[in-house]
Amino acid sequence: MQLAQVVGTVVATQKSQRLDGLKMLILRPFGLDGKLGSGYLVALDSVGAGLGEVVLYCTGSSARQTEATKDRPADAVIMAIVDTVEVGGDVKYQKGKT
Amino acid sequence: MYLARVVGNVVATIKHPFYEGRKLMLVQRLDLDHKPTSTYDVAVDDVQAGVGDFVLVFDEGTGARQILQAGNTAPVRAVIVGIVDETDICESS
Amino acid sequence: MKFAWVIGTLVSTRKAEGLEGVKFLIVQPLDERRLPSGEPYVAVDATRQAGLGELVFVVASREAALSLDESFVPVDAAIVGIVDDVHAPLLPEEE
Repeated sequence: MQLAQVVGTVVATQKSQRLDGLKMLILRPFGLDGKLGSGYLVALDSVGAGLGEVVLYCTGSSARQTEATKDRPADAVIMAIVDTVEVGGDVKYQKGKT
Repeated sequence: MYLARVVGNVVATIKHPFYEGRKLMLVQRLDLDHKPTSTYDVAVDDVQAGVGDFVLVFDEGTGARQILQAGNTAPVRAVIVGIVDETDICESS
Repeated sequence: MKFAWVIGTLVSTRKAEGLEGVKFLIVQPLDERRLPSGEPYVAVDATRQAGLGELVFVVASREAALSLDESFVPVDAAIVGIVDDVHAPLLPEEE
């Protein structure tokens, strides 16, 4: 699993029927230094994540292992909203604090 | 599947129950000239391979569980499935 | 499976169904000589006993979820063992 920040949403009217009803969010990689990495990806949401939140997502066939994404064309799914990240005893991220 | 050299073995006391009694080997992936690449894996040994052996590694979950007759819930992917005697590569281009 | 060092922890209250009580750890991936290689990522602890600073091995992709009691969960990396020892006589020596 990887950390990312939700930076946007994707709206598509014409899409695979199997994607109907699913929320698509744009994620930027979130480094342990608290900075956003380069690149981005679009992930489906299984937990109700919102803009600006740091989330945990997983990729590959594991992304289809939620009730929301089962048998759907999902290759990345947000599976947790992060409260705290601690590395080597230092708090690197805490929800609600910038 | 890919070709690899067994470069070592791994010992663990605390592990998932599936790994109880199974031998774990450290394998280094080889290119077609049998030169080591920078890719390695920790694989379950199903053929009594030893350090230094030139082996065939299977790297896919469903098949790995079939080979090890491990039911359908074993958290495993990489299995050494053969000790290679030789490969024959036809040079093209 | 690949080697990794446990370098941190991650706490989440709101997570996908089936992940209640599952411990998340931050790990630094290692190469075959146990030297850092690549960016840290998050793995679940299927041994339930891994701690900070420990050398572990991690199973990746869909198979990771199979290490948990509830296996229909979106998990793509799981710590499945804590390494006691590695004997690797054929690896080149560190410079």
